[in-house]
Amino acid sequence: MSLTPEFLTEKIPIGKWVKIFVEYLTDNFDEQFRFFSNILEWIIHNTIYLLGLIDPIVLILFLCGLSYFLHRNWKMVIGVGLGLILILNLGYWEQTIETVALVLFSTVVSVVIGIPLGIMAAHRRWLFTLMRPILDLMQTIPTFVYLIPTLMLFGLGMVPGLISTVIFAIPAPIRLTYLGITSVPKQLVDAGKAFGASKMQLLWKVELPHALPTIMAGLTQCIMLSLSMVVIAALVGADGLGKPVIRALNSVNIAQGFEAGLAIVIVAIVLDRLLKQPDVRKTGTGG
Amino acid sequence: MAVVRFNEVDVIFGPNPSDATEMLDSGAGRDEIFNKTQNLVAVHNASLQVEEGQICVLMGLSGSGKSSLLRCANGLNKVTRGQVIVRHDDEDIDVASCDWQTLHQLRTERISMVFQQFALMPWRTVRDNVGFGLELDGVPKEKLGRIVDEKLALVRLSEWAHKYPKELSGGMQQRVGLARALATDAGILLMDEPFSALDPLIREHLQDELIQLQDELKKTIIFVSHDLDEALKLGSLIAIMDAGKIVQVGTPEEIVSDPANDYVRRFVASMNPLKVLNCASLMRPVSQLQTVNGNTDRALDMDKKFICSLDDKGRPDKITHAGTDVSLIPFEDDLDLESLPHNVLVSADLETPMRAAVEINYVFGLPMPVIDKIGRLIGVVGTEEIFSGILGDA
Ligand SMILES: Nc1ncnc2c1ncn2[C@@H]1O[C@H](COP(=O)(O)OP(=O)(O)OP(=O)(O)O)[C@@H](O)[C@H]1O
Ligand SMILES: [Mg+2]
Repeated sequence: MSLTPEFLTEKIPIGKWVKIFVEYLTDNFDEQFRFFSNILEWIIHNTIYLLGLIDPIVLILFLCGLSYFLHRNWKMVIGVGLGLILILNLGYWEQTIETVALVLFSTVVSVVIGIPLGIMAAHRRWLFTLMRPILDLMQTIPTFVYLIPTLMLFGLGMVPGLISTVIFAIPAPIRLTYLGITSVPKQLVDAGKAFGASKMQLLWKVELPHALPTIMAGLTQCIMLSLSMVVIAALVGADGLGKPVIRALNSVNIAQGFEAGLAIVIVAIVLDRLLKQPDVRKTGTGG
Repeated sequence: MAVVRFNEVDVIFGPNPSDATEMLDSGAGRDEIFNKTQNLVAVHNASLQVEEGQICVLMGLSGSGKSSLLRCANGLNKVTRGQVIVRHDDEDIDVASCDWQTLHQLRTERISMVFQQFALMPWRTVRDNVGFGLELDGVPKEKLGRIVDEKLALVRLSEWAHKYPKELSGGMQQRVGLARALATDAGILLMDEPFSALDPLIREHLQDELIQLQDELKKTIIFVSHDLDEALKLGSLIAIMDAGKIVQVGTPEEIVSDPANDYVRRFVASMNPLKVLNCASLMRPVSQLQTVNGNTDRALDMDKKFICSLDDKGRPDKITHAGTDVSLIPFEDDLDLESLPHNVLVSADLETPMRAAVEINYVFGLPMPVIDKIGRLIGVVGTEEIFSGILGDA
């Protein structure tokens, strides 16, 4: 005899509801989803194509120049250069371009949606209360779980990879924008109001400038989170460095797996170094 | 004509201010209302009129509602009940009920503000901070630059224009705050404890600067302070607040010489009399002087050593000391006390500060006749008057 009453063991069909919902979407809006998917796929592929036209060495030199321009640090420039040359040497240049394009797009999408959402949440307490559990869910639910519906809605390819990546990465810019805006000191807001700032002016001239460092941190996080999704995105057919990893996994190819993994790590390190906020002590005007 | 008028203003913070107003009307106290309704009565029934060109100081202990009242003047705080009338372009505008457009206009043209913690934008240079208000108002770049340079020169910070606030000392930062407030050429200046975050020496220095600037600019200033010395030094009108209510409004002399209740008296007792009193408030008026030789002559001291005869207009005619004639020398800042001859008395006018009276009394030990603008004897400051000034029962 079990003590559990029967109505407790009678299964609530949560899974079924989700399935019905997704099927409803695929049945009724399949065309729209495919259309959207095709456009995105087209844009991403053309970006990759254009980036591929540039000679790798030119691109590597450009990135070295960029890192010097941003950080004025020769050691970093040499590191970036050597890392990228190693990728080229290993033969993963094309996949690297694809991965970077995917990261770029998912970051753009996340930021374009995430920053306004963060701002709105910061101005409306109820909205943040509403968004918070959803954000928690997006960050904690295992990514494999939402691969299935995205796959069903968008088909195989870059787009489901992009969507999954965005779902995983977008909470960072939302949260950090929210944090940046809500932590503006009250006296600065008061000063803005006292000199006649409208809501929009308050946002552009007080809140956003104050929140900028935090928002930039959100952007960096978003990029790194996107990069961490490359292998999973490859599972739904996204091109990039994830693909050789998956292939290596399926064929138990240690050599390939290690090389592709190394390339991902190099991309991560290069991005991290490029994006690092310039050291305040070095560039500050104090002294 | 008053420039800012607070009419029976209530400011209540909390979930449901209208509950609190009802309870206030039925006579409930602040604590009772807070305990029952979670509404905090920050200001209750405050009425105050500030005239053109005046420096009105709101004084009181922490939490007495000074900032809350001040911030009603530019709509930073919502007025729960009552009116805040600001005169602008010969029109009376009620800040408590006007629309956003009007409020915006008041804030950009009529009222500006200086904050306790400076509230400068750390990402803007000194220059851009000063131009902040003008920028919000859409003033064209060239004109903006010209005004900003002018205001920076006014607070003597021209050389610091391209620095960031954190590179400046506190005193300099607040001068930036002041320049920012002056830049919009608003006639009304709200200052919420602008000097409280500064060292005492810097504070006095900035007070002096403000007085100098005010001589030139003739703004209408509402100034919050919790320091009576500061209030007496700057204020031409002082309003003392206690637990959300204005308990006394008056000139500095009125506050010092006639405190309305114990709360005000405690403030007055803790002030530094040397800084605030002058001969007008110290002196024993001529009517209270002992008379000698019938009704015509006055004794300037208790022992009747100095005798002064007055002419028919009340001007000192002849002063004698033990039979010898004594002449009067008016007090001046650069008077060399050591080199004065024996047979003179230094006379004061109404504004001569207490510090001077004490110094002269210390050097000569002699009474100091107080002479008004048209030359009449109106009182005397001697050792006794100085002591009672220090003890606070002048
Ligand atoms: N925005 C607000 N929300 C809720 N309560 C407030 C708010 N602003 C002020 N109060 C409360 O109102 C009361 C009066 O505060 P106010 O800041 O006006 O006092 P004050 O006289 O300026 O004191 P201080 O010298 O500390 O600045 C205080 O009890 C304070 O906690
Ligand atoms: Mg205050």
